[in-house]
Amino acid sequence: MPARARPTSPHVRIYRWQIGNSLSILHRVTGVVLALGLLALCYWLTSLAAGERSYAAAAAVFSSPVGLVGLAGWTFAFLYHLLNGVRHLFWDVGYGFERTQRHASGWLVVLGSIALTAGVWILVWSHRT
Amino acid sequence: MSLRSPVGRVLGLGSAKDGTGHWWAQRVSAVALIPLTLWFLLSLLALPALDYATVRAWLSVPLSGLLAVLLVAVLTYHSYLGTTVVIEDYVHAAGTKILSLLLLRFLYVLVGGAGIFAILHVAFGS
Repeated sequence: MPARARPTSPHVRIYRWQIGNSLSILHRVTGVVLALGLLALCYWLTSLAAGERSYAAAAAVFSSPVGLVGLAGWTFAFLYHLLNGVRHLFWDVGYGFERTQRHASGWLVVLGSIALTAGVWILVWSHRT
Repeated sequence: MSLRSPVGRVLGLGSAKDGTGHWWAQRVSAVALIPLTLWFLLSLLALPALDYATVRAWLSVPLSGLLAVLLVAVLTYHSYLGTTVVIEDYVHAAGTKILSLLLLRFLYVLVGGAGIFAILHVAFGS
């Protein structure tokens, strides 16, 4: 054993959290959430094909409180994954690597996905009444 | 002098047995999903209601049916590529890893297949 604790490589518990790694983790989390959303989408499509009664059952599931929370969550997960995915595609072709650009595009993605989620649900809400 | 065999140099894949194929497929499907997912979201928002008759009538239009099939197909593929990496990153025991990757692949084929079949069922009417 060394006399003093030696420096170790960055790891989850000692890593200084910042916007870069937070948004990267959120991209993966929203991706997994959207995988469950695909399951819900295919359930909805299958219920539509199976007839009016099964569609009504699926609609009841999606319009229940839990269903609405799920739909709102999937809306945000989708819009975040979309915007941050475009951010990644810009990096892939070589743009936006500067520190200020990275931070600005990161905040743009966060605020943009929150604003768009709110926009979608305001539209849905105004549709209902 | 390189110890790599001529075949190894031509294939250029190294010990991972895989080149940039997975990465590239993820990008290509991501780009395809930008218009497809936005079309889906905006179409649903544009429908006057989401009741049985309205949604069926919408999916029965050939263009809607085609785009919906493409959406489910590309979405399934992209999602499969992504969740595969998640399992590869966090499941380390060889047996569990292979088993979960196999189950994941079967599950995606089943879910994607069911989704596409449902759209075709509606589109071709019954």
